[in-house]
Amino acid sequence: MDWLKIGSAVLLIAMLVYIWPQMKHALKHSPKGTSEDWKGFLIPLIAVIAFVAFLVMMVRG
Amino acid sequence: MLGNETVASRPVESVLSTNKVIRSTYQLLSMTLLFSGLMTWLSIAMNASAGMGLVATFAGIAVLWFVLPRTANSAAGIPTIFAFTGLLGFGLGPTVAFYLALNPNIVMTALGGTGVIFLGLSGYALTTRKDFSFMAGFLMVGMFVIIAASLLNLFLGISALYLTVNAAVIMIMSGFILYETSSIIHGGERNYIMAAASLYLSILNLFTALLQLLGALGDD
Repeated sequence: MDWLKIGSAVLLIAMLVYIWPQMKHALKHSPKGTSEDWKGFLIPLIAVIAFVAFLVMMVRG
Repeated sequence: MLGNETVASRPVESVLSTNKVIRSTYQLLSMTLLFSGLMTWLSIAMNASAGMGLVATFAGIAVLWFVLPRTANSAAGIPTIFAFTGLLGFGLGPTVAFYLALNPNIVMTALGGTGVIFLGLSGYALTTRKDFSFMAGFLMVGMFVIIAASLLNLFLGISALYLTVNAAVIMIMSGFILYETSSIIHGGERNYIMAAASLYLSILNLFTALLQLLGALGDD
């Protein structure tokens, strides 16, 4: 195994350790969204997916 | 009378303060993006190796985690955010150089695509003024799963998982842009240095994921 792979793995593990308490805190304390709130997120998300698909088609020619 | 004036002026002060945070955040964000781009160019010009890129990324993340939170409320926060974005920009150099050698169009498309997605999502959050604070838990879990999957794929090397992770990063970073912008609007984030740092990270991750996705799915 090369050093680059080991270095990347160390970085990713450090990220997981750093994020874990923040994730637990966010899950416990963030407000719950209504179906209307989630709709407000899904609309721009679908637009992003469609735009990325368009970019992929563009680079594929 | 005086009491009424105080009550009436509070929302106005709050709106003015929010607008000031938004303006300062976008000014700092544009400057850090320019500086980061300059550092990426320097990294490419120096022909920096992937190892050098990884070391710069390590250093940038260390600055973000250990120095920026301690300096964000003082004047020292400005050079700190430039150090963090400069190091991450330098760290991105070898990846960009690889795709530039493969097909420069992919890099330009990823750059333009990132700009369009960021401006579109920021515009959506700013004009609708929706509160996306409910997404915090979902986004953090998404981020955790993505990092765990990336770690796993470092050893497995499955192409389908690589594509899935990059597509998921684009979706999660889009969510983070909405969440962070709404947090500035609704007063959740009052520090423009921390707000600019969060938005910078989302843009950088979005660009990297889009670049890798287009690179993998492109003709070359």
